[in-house]
Amino acid sequence: MGFGPAIPGTPIFDGDAAIKGYALNKMCFSFNDKANREAFVADEAAYCERYGLSEAQKKAIASRNVLQLIAAGGNIYYLAKFAGIFGLNVQDIGAQQTGLSIEAFRAKLAQAGR
Amino acid sequence: MAQIIGGLTTSHVPSIGKAIAQGQQQDPYWKPFFDAFHPVHGWLARGRPDVAVVIYNDHGLNNFLDKMPTFAIGAADHYLNADEGWGIPVLKPFKGDPALSWHMIEHLVAHEFDITMCQEVQVDHAFTLPMALMYPGGRDWPIATVPVMINSVQHPLPTPRRCFKLGQEIGKAIASFPADKKIVLLGTGGLSHQLDGTRAGFINKEFDLWCMEKMRHDPEALAELSIHEIIENAGSQGVELLTWITMRAALQAAGQGEVREVHSTYHIPISNTGGAVMLFETSGRAQALAAE
Repeated sequence: MGFGPAIPGTPIFDGDAAIKGYALNKMCFSFNDKANREAFVADEAAYCERYGLSEAQKKAIASRNVLQLIAAGGNIYYLAKFAGIFGLNVQDIGAQQTGLSIEAFRAKLAQAGR
Repeated sequence: MAQIIGGLTTSHVPSIGKAIAQGQQQDPYWKPFFDAFHPVHGWLARGRPDVAVVIYNDHGLNNFLDKMPTFAIGAADHYLNADEGWGIPVLKPFKGDPALSWHMIEHLVAHEFDITMCQEVQVDHAFTLPMALMYPGGRDWPIATVPVMINSVQHPLPTPRRCFKLGQEIGKAIASFPADKKIVLLGTGGLSHQLDGTRAGFINKEFDLWCMEKMRHDPEALAELSIHEIIENAGSQGVELLTWITMRAALQAAGQGEVREVHSTYHIPISNTGGAVMLFETSGRAQALAAE
């Protein structure tokens, strides 16, 4: 059983990822609440500590790097709330993960329609 | 008995909420998508449904990984939208229809769908934005709601076949609800998109158009897909197609005549997504309208 053959460039949030990423995702889930977003901004390190993030997760949070956050067990739906703190939308994080400029990423999306 | 008058499937990307808040509906980028709702507005004005059964996927507003329901139904007398963390305006509360919710729950559990029953649901953009597209202008919602959530966050996800069967039982449940109410079904999400990984930004027009064609005439073909096939062809968040499959199966199984397409639109891109809208009605409803 399981998901089946890996699809290149496509993370699958399965049980292993859920175990690995639980603390990180729990912290990001808390960012639904404005007071928690403000508490994170006020003292990032203390906030990460409070949720028991691993060293790799703390590093990924500090780097704002989405691929690293996913590698550390992050789920994109919860990570999107982390990105929201910095005013980043799904196109910004798409550009970051694909190494494209935001303009090039948008052009790629538009190209799919032709 | 309740009557299902038709069903709507639509994309639900959060940036629709921003576009509405900023009045961008007629900007060239958004116009093709928002214009798809003009025929929907006319259809709703003629059909005047009482309740919307909204089949959608929560994106981490209501459900967390501590307890992740595969299928869940709201059974409250109202539902609140809330801050999702990105500054989309919070929309007005939605009225529930607890009698219909409990009727659906009783029917589903009796037919071996052991769904999660919820007295409180915070409804996210996948629920609220389709409602705002159907009923624009920010007035009070003229319709009650029943939220039906399908897990698309934590694998393993339910199979398309399982969702098709769930939809069939939802359709039968509603058709046996002993109240003179008109029901519209919604399936929200999709079509192809991927937010995560180095394949982020993947959109597959050919596959989306194939799905829309199957929605019209052969929805069971969609039930034969695997989750793997959907993700391969529609991207990791393209699995929201499950909500479309569930809605379409419900429409068919309600036994209220032939299912006919009223309108459809496909437009790339809205945000990172193949934007799609389809509106269906049942021939039973079309006849009733003609007689009115």
